Amino acid sequence: MALQTMQTLPGAVDYIRILPEVVLSLFGMLVMFLDPILDERRSQRTLGGIALAGAIAALAATLYQAQPQYWGLGFWEMVRVDPFSIFFHFVVAASAILVILSSYEYMEVQQIRAGEYYALILFGAVGMNLMSSAVELVLIFIALEISSISTYILAGFRRRSAISSESSVKYFLLGSFATAFFLYGVALMFGATGSTSIARISASLAEYAGGHGPLLAYLGVALMFVGLGFKVAAAPFHVWTPDVYEGAPSPVVGFMSTAPKAAVFAVLLRIMFEAKTPDAARVWLIWVAAALSMTIGNIAALVQDNVKRLLAYSSIAHAGYLLVAIASLPANGIPAAMFYTASYAAMNIGAFAVVGHFAGAGERYVTLEDYSGLGRRSPGLAAILTVFLLSLIGIPITGGFFAKFYVFSAALQGNHPLVGLVVIGVLNSAIAAYYYLRIIVVMYMREPRTDAPVSPIPAGLGIALALSLAVTIYLGVLPGRVLEYAGRSVDLLH
Amino acid sequence: MNWLDKNILSFVTFVPAAGALLLLFFPRRDRDIKLFSLVISLLSFVVSLHLPAHFNRNQAGFQFDKNIPWIPTPNIHYHMGIDGISLWLVVLTTFLTPLCVLISWKSIHERVKEFFILLLVLETAMIGVFVALDLFLFYFFWEATLIPMALLIGMYGHERRVYAAVKFFLYTMIASVFMLAAILWLYANTTPHTFDFVAVQNAIQQGQLPNLPGAARWLFFGFFVAFAVKVPLFPFHTWLPDAHVEAPTAGSVLLAGVLLKMGTYGLLRFNLGLFPQQSRANASWIAALALIGIVYGALVAMVQPNMKKLIAYSSISHLGFVVLGIFSFTQAGLNGATFVMLAHGISTGALFMLAGILYERRHTYEISEFGGLATPMPTYSTFFLFIVLASVGLPLLNGFVGEFLVLSGAFQTKMWWGIVGATGVIWSACYLLWMYQRVFFGVVKHEENNLLPDLNLRERVALWPTAVVALAMGVAPLLWLNAIDPAVHNALAVFPQYVTQVVGR
Repeated sequence: MALQTMQTLPGAVDYIRILPEVVLSLFGMLVMFLDPILDERRSQRTLGGIALAGAIAALAATLYQAQPQYWGLGFWEMVRVDPFSIFFHFVVAASAILVILSSYEYMEVQQIRAGEYYALILFGAVGMNLMSSAVELVLIFIALEISSISTYILAGFRRRSAISSESSVKYFLLGSFATAFFLYGVALMFGATGSTSIARISASLAEYAGGHGPLLAYLGVALMFVGLGFKVAAAPFHVWTPDVYEGAPSPVVGFMSTAPKAAVFAVLLRIMFEAKTPDAARVWLIWVAAALSMTIGNIAALVQDNVKRLLAYSSIAHAGYLLVAIASLPANGIPAAMFYTASYAAMNIGAFAVVGHFAGAGERYVTLEDYSGLGRRSPGLAAILTVFLLSLIGIPITGGFFAKFYVFSAALQGNHPLVGLVVIGVLNSAIAAYYYLRIIVVMYMREPRTDAPVSPIPAGLGIALALSLAVTIYLGVLPGRVLEYAGRSVDLLH
Repeated sequence: MNWLDKNILSFVTFVPAAGALLLLFFPRRDRDIKLFSLVISLLSFVVSLHLPAHFNRNQAGFQFDKNIPWIPTPNIHYHMGIDGISLWLVVLTTFLTPLCVLISWKSIHERVKEFFILLLVLETAMIGVFVALDLFLFYFFWEATLIPMALLIGMYGHERRVYAAVKFFLYTMIASVFMLAAILWLYANTTPHTFDFVAVQNAIQQGQLPNLPGAARWLFFGFFVAFAVKVPLFPFHTWLPDAHVEAPTAGSVLLAGVLLKMGTYGLLRFNLGLFPQQSRANASWIAALALIGIVYGALVAMVQPNMKKLIAYSSISHLGFVVLGIFSFTQAGLNGATFVMLAHGISTGALFMLAGILYERRHTYEISEFGGLATPMPTYSTFFLFIVLASVGLPLLNGFVGEFLVLSGAFQTKMWWGIVGATGVIWSACYLLWMYQRVFFGVVKHEENNLLPDLNLRERVALWPTAVVALAMGVAPLLWLNAIDPAVHNALAVFPQYVTQVVGR
């Protein structure tokens, strides 16, 4: 069967099934190609424009791909286009657009060479897109590496700063270690089921009586989870996160805390649900990781004075909330997780865009003290950041509220509701309110600092903030359509 | 029902928010911003007058009903409607907000735009709380009041404002998490799943919730904690004095005038409306807490050296009456409770405005800093005396009617509730009149007080309406009560068997 399909060459429709990836790669290469030709001092805007065009084209390609006649398997059953993958393509492309927009001025202020930066964002997006549509473990691994290597380099882009290099090296070393775990898991899974295709793994595991797979499969899932857990910064594999986020350029942090995470959650969802891995493995493994992530993330965030580190710990906590959805029943858990990734992407990219703009040259102003009186010095910026922070807390009419709401209500469905996990989650949300509020309090209720200047909001950043604000509010006021779409895409998963 | 009646509640609720949105794009010309906010808040007051004008006083149940689906999953509706209880609370809110704009005219001089945006957003949220009939919508508005209020305290308050703002926020937010849990439980256990208050109430009354008997106690507590913190009922009251003392005048007025009523309104609407059996079972200790609040609040108020803190503690005492009235389960008690909510909103709102006026002149609330103010500020002292008398419960002024009704309800239920409660009236006379004496009578003790200017036109414009309404409510309470009464009757009618048990005891 496999051999037969191998022999036929891929047709045009197969290329449509990887169209966003193709588009992104082409634009990435174009950026790389133009970089040495253009005048170094003036190239940044042009290259940024091309990258932006690439990301928008990828979004358009995703929309084109979304027509039902293009759904299905492609490239010898290695990728699958379905509403599920389209959803994540959309999130990734939209995140890339927002990040490129908010990088525009940042690059000039930080004096970063633009060429590779934009190209790497596009290449990273290729990997993330591929992760969400791949249904074959080896391809998933390759996609994971494409995305990871791009983000390793992006993390070190503030070359003059020692912590940025430290961030990059740390991320690279630990990340490689984690992907090795993933690969080991894939190997064991192959040993247990004789295949690396998710559909065939699913069929093979279904043959075991009572739904219990062989021990090897459990081990495989556990090891893959270690690798993926590292990528989403879930505890206990989260140790790298604060250091890396602190050192990496802020827009990049906004990017790597959302888009790759969304893609990895897509992979997790596919491995956990589509491959029909045994429930016992899934629930307990993830239960523990979710509880740990939420608790460690939130408690550590309470004592942070550096806003980037604070948001890093917050992102660990949010990975925990997301894992709650994955521990729930698929029918409710998957849409909840999908909704969460989308709303988290909007609010977190927005928050980091503000942080990046405010940080100034060399990212000097990143401590909580520096935010004193921001409400007076830059009312617009402070108000926007406040909305994102409220969304991160989970206050109604922001996307963050429904994201948490769906996750927790998904966990309470079914015959074995995860009451304990939900209680931990709700308590954590209450704790979390404190540290987000601290930022708001400092911004509005302290005397302004005069020595940390705030420049006016440039156009690119303005558009990025307006877009992420609009999405955050939209998801908070009319979450119905997105959730409905996510729910329908689950029905079409095998 | 015509188009206007169907949408009037949405207008009343969202006119201030729309104004705030417009204000966002206003240039920072402070005078224009203030004028615009005044116009908007007056507009919403005028629009809200449509409600009592066209309210059918013979009809129990919800009027001006608007119910359209909002979010399919979970099944959330945009459901609004008012009965005689919420009717007046809405009007109270729209009545107080323009006065707050007036009273903040001079005292707010930086970040003016933000102040009025927050004030208008707060107004929308407060009105929303009273008109929402979908539990989720209610919760949304409930939480939405929190942020602007906390910011008002934290940005424009006095020395310890940040502490007060954070305390206020954390207290109320943590408490309302319990309410959210109870709401979600109700949603999950109704078939079909619904947040609709009326539907949930019907389902409970018809016994369609199989798991309810085991959970009712916890659900009752979930709602109760959220509301008790807001009221605030003793011993959940510690945030209140801090918040009041630190808040800017407009913040205090709305906090005492409206936000506290959200708690008692919630008790009345949700605890009584949804869990009559549990309300009855828990009535004795809740009434005991209310009585403790009445006496304790009054005693603490008596020894306060700070005028604003005194008024804050007097609120705890007065709100104790409301809770006592609600948990007396009598027609008179509930009528009285609702009336006290309104009366307290007017008179305490006015007291805070008066305290704020004095603060603008002297930058202190310390009672010992004053004395003999009647000489330099005769008009001010007259207004102050009038409002103090209204608050004390002098017959023919608004405080009397409500407290009388509450006490008569309390006597019907249990003799000693009435007796202890009645002492509260005496205490309030003590602390308020004593404070009045120390501030206004005698010779001017501090030299600078001789030169204090009397009320100017703007301040008089802000105070006159409260005085007029205080008198009107005392002279013709039926204008208000004839709308409240059917709603109260309805609220009690949902559990006749429990009521008779209480009354018959």
